[in-house]
Amino acid sequence: MIPLIQKEVCENKKWLSEKDISDIVAISESTPGPIAINAATFVGYKTSGFPGACMATLGVVLPSFLIISIISMILTQFQSIRAVRYAFMGIRAAVLALILKALWMMFNQVKKKKKPFSYAIMGLSLLLTAFLKIDAAFVIIGCGLFGLIWSMLNRKEQSNGTD
Amino acid sequence: MVLIKLFLAFLKIGTFTFGGGYAMIAMIQAEAERQGWLTGEELVDFVALSESTPGPLAVNMATFVGMRTGGVLGAIIATLGIVLSSFVIILIIAKCFERYQKSKAVGGIMSGLKPAVAGMIGAAFISVAGTVLFPAGVSVSVFSSAGFWIFLGIFAVTTVLAFKKVHPIKIILLSAVIGIGAGYGFGL
Repeated sequence: MIPLIQKEVCENKKWLSEKDISDIVAISESTPGPIAINAATFVGYKTSGFPGACMATLGVVLPSFLIISIISMILTQFQSIRAVRYAFMGIRAAVLALILKALWMMFNQVKKKKKPFSYAIMGLSLLLTAFLKIDAAFVIIGCGLFGLIWSMLNRKEQSNGTD
Repeated sequence: MVLIKLFLAFLKIGTFTFGGGYAMIAMIQAEAERQGWLTGEELVDFVALSESTPGPLAVNMATFVGMRTGGVLGAIIATLGIVLSSFVIILIIAKCFERYQKSKAVGGIMSGLKPAVAGMIGAAFISVAGTVLFPAGVSVSVFSSAGFWIFLGIFAVTTVLAFKKVHPIKIILLSAVIGIGAGYGFGL
């Protein structure tokens, strides 16, 4: 979705510069919630303040909302058809493959840092959510805090070293 | 009552998910199971449909679950829930965004969050694999059923395609065709 936003906002409408867009992507990725919603709200706000943010967010949500509502209403009727049931059997396998791909991409981002700390957090988060069924919200808060404290401790050590 | 629960559940999911839809799956599954809204298989089907329709995965999932549990009003409430905290947080950050971006605290928090999100996608993989591979629990008879091996075959093919960066919609369509063919072919 990001390349689309860039084309529309920078090239077609000239609302924002390329630099703004890369900032917006960085911010959207490091704030909670769907990246597309974050980016839309941000672009809307930068372009025309609060009303702009409301309209841009509404705009990005509305097509999804309408399409899914329609599909969801007719899905129940289709599910009794045998071919549809078979199709979903195949599709479930594909979803598993898509999740594996997403996992691989995230794992590569973690790997780039080459820090034991990152691997430890990753393993811990997997263990807590998958096997101990700890609420994901607590895991996110805990890991965020842990990252914050860890980076502060490391900075202190570094500044001590240079003194 | 179900509307309030829907709103709170998706508000929570929207507030604590970073970096896109797949990290959200584990959380949606936990909430949906706790409330008895969806079965594991329905959730996987919803992920597939959300991935093959335009728009952000998270919004699509919220609309789906809302629609299924509380009708049109439920869909609106759930979508509102998943959007609201993003919206508010971005509005706040937009005002002081230079400072936010350069803040070392944010960098530190993100250094903990990124691996956490990777771990959560791992958790989603494990739970989805359990749901679709062993819908009736793990037993020896599973491994002698044709369905299980067809499933593994489709998984292997689609994994290769996914890693070759084939578009998700194409992968989902192909898997549906193979599913239909195998279903009739083996008389499952």
